[in-house]
Amino acid sequence: MTTPSLSRRVFLKASGGTLVGTLAYTNGAIAMLAPERSWAVITEQFDDHQARTLLVFTRHLLPHDKLEDAVYALVVKDLDRQAADPEMRQQLTHGIATLDRQSNGEWLSLDEGARQDQVEAIVGSPFFKTVHGSAIVALYNNPLAFAHFGYGGGVDDSGYLHRGFDDIAWLPEPPNAASGTLPADSTSA
Amino acid sequence: MTDYTNQRVFDHDDDGVVVVIGSGAGGGTLANGLARQGIKVVLLEAGGLHTRTDFHTDEWRAYEQLSWLDPRTTSGSWRVAQDFPNLPAWICKTVGGSTSHWSACSLRIQPHEFEARTRYGAIEGTTLLDWPIGYDDLAPYYDRAERRLNVTRTNDIPGLPGNNNFKVMYAGARKLGYECNTGRMAINSRQADGRDPCQQRGFCFQGCRSGAKWSTLNTEIPEALATGNCEMRTRAHVAEITHDASGKVTGVSYFDGNAELRHQKARVVAVAGNSIETPRLLLNSASTLFPDGLANGSGHVGKHYMRHMTGSVYAAFEQPVHMYRGTVMAGIIPDESRHDDSRGFAGGYEMETIALGLPLAAAFLNPGAWGRDFTRMIDQYDHLAAMWLVGEDMPRDTNRVTLNQEVRDQHGLPVANVHYDDHDNDVAMRNHAYRQGSDVYRAAGAVDVYEVPPYPSTHNLGTCRMSEKPEDGVCNGFGQTHEVNNLFIADGSQFTTSAAENPTLTIIAMAMRQAEHIGEQMKSRTI
Repeated sequence: MTTPSLSRRVFLKASGGTLVGTLAYTNGAIAMLAPERSWAVITEQFDDHQARTLLVFTRHLLPHDKLEDAVYALVVKDLDRQAADPEMRQQLTHGIATLDRQSNGEWLSLDEGARQDQVEAIVGSPFFKTVHGSAIVALYNNPLAFAHFGYGGGVDDSGYLHRGFDDIAWLPEPPNAASGTLPADSTSA
Repeated sequence: MTDYTNQRVFDHDDDGVVVVIGSGAGGGTLANGLARQGIKVVLLEAGGLHTRTDFHTDEWRAYEQLSWLDPRTTSGSWRVAQDFPNLPAWICKTVGGSTSHWSACSLRIQPHEFEARTRYGAIEGTTLLDWPIGYDDLAPYYDRAERRLNVTRTNDIPGLPGNNNFKVMYAGARKLGYECNTGRMAINSRQADGRDPCQQRGFCFQGCRSGAKWSTLNTEIPEALATGNCEMRTRAHVAEITHDASGKVTGVSYFDGNAELRHQKARVVAVAGNSIETPRLLLNSASTLFPDGLANGSGHVGKHYMRHMTGSVYAAFEQPVHMYRGTVMAGIIPDESRHDDSRGFAGGYEMETIALGLPLAAAFLNPGAWGRDFTRMIDQYDHLAAMWLVGEDMPRDTNRVTLNQEVRDQHGLPVANVHYDDHDNDVAMRNHAYRQGSDVYRAAGAVDVYEVPPYPSTHNLGTCRMSEKPEDGVCNGFGQTHEVNNLFIADGSQFTTSAAENPTLTIIAMAMRQAEHIGEQMKSRTI
């Protein structure tokens, strides 16, 4: 699992690009985890334009309006890692170039509806499948997404027995015969 | 600490051993059952040893650690072939097999389900057959298995406490007049068998780090090794079962962890590789004497593949649920498991809670989907409750495991192709189950209800089925193959029909019974 550098802007000059941004929701679950509001993710294989295109493209595939760009940047980071393989890099950069060519300029400069039309035009292409297949894993398998969507994961591995596994108060309590007893309330075998 | 050290090793030329292939529910239980009788056992496991402290709470890491990921192919009209073309089944390659992954739901097959052909009648397009054994044959072994596994709600063992996912199911079930409780589970609700009570971690599918959940990894295997009669070899992938000119099995050839081909002689061989690998191995063991595959004179090896009618219902509520907290199978509604063809289908199904963490929910809720219809479900993640629908599917001779000669595994062996088409009965049952499951959640106050398609199969059954007559199946009521009397099938491949229940308890009960049978036959020198 990867975590982006949320601590400070990184100005190291890599051969690739840099995705930078600012957290949009100062009171969100992600802001609680981040010491600063600005974030940056460095890419090795993609330039700024390509990295930005992949980020916005992923937002079209898996749109969560209130989810920070910082989390979508993790998908770009994952694609960047995969693009170390020349064939994969070719597929992805070709896909970005195709989007731009179809848009008679930069796909990114289109308005949202026009961008969406271009995404729908390439559903099922290898580029679409690669980005979707990576995004469905990378976008949701990180602590920022866990915090945002309310998934507790393994916490400290001690379990939810004393951490709200049955804390619903908006439904009637099932009788003991249907539910069971807490381990502390039952005698040892 | 649990000890996995071999107390004894056997020579590769020792032809007095029983070779057991696979260390899961069937193989692990059989190996221990034999070793405790003083019978020499070589237990071969294709996967590595991952003990409970090695297990992960990262769902994808756990998946990569435990799953059988060697190539397989799919065909047929089932949706799994479209969504997961190289992953027909979500089963394990690790010491303990799929008991490291199972939910631990421990149900007995109902008496009428052993007589499916008689009770359901002839159904076109199926190969329904009565089992050669009945409920009464297995009942004493079900008793033993329940005691052995400390199954809750049996033998005065208290039920597990219900989590939030259970509470939602319970509320809806009662409004519909359904029964609902926290089920019969092989998860300790209190300290027993040297294992702690469940801490409601929520990672039953990823391997239970606390050891509260029964698996062959934490019970049968260490116990078998401690007898000094069982040697376990890990990363031992069996390529072929060998035989002599008379057609008797003589041993197995396997690739060891260094990919070197070894041969182990044997007096008896028992195959428990799960219902995909078991027929694959028999088919890959074809010879001049057995041109269509070992023990396949009847042509039934690989046929009648069953994977249960499955599907899930997820529902979003106004208030949070946090379904991931606590046991995965936390509640069950058994009312629809009866046979009542006024519902428009034969057989029945269970409704059982299920929970996925965020990473797996994203992958399985609607595979391949994108856009706002999909992300709306994920946005509701912490407000979701969920149930899995699992019921009897129809055996068909066209649903089958075959060898795909075009695709080879890391050892150059043809891989298994899994072909499956839903029967009309399966479709009718799934639609009924979707409707009833949705009603349960609406009665509990759901704001959105989602019908989720089947996941890759965890219940793989029927590909070496037991039958009264040799021409109808592969093995007899003890799992002994009709054609080769020192070759046994020891896993869910034996199932003549799939029944509605999670199969593991039955596989274990059958393995306990088979261990006794093999012991008696060895003593009487019949084998």
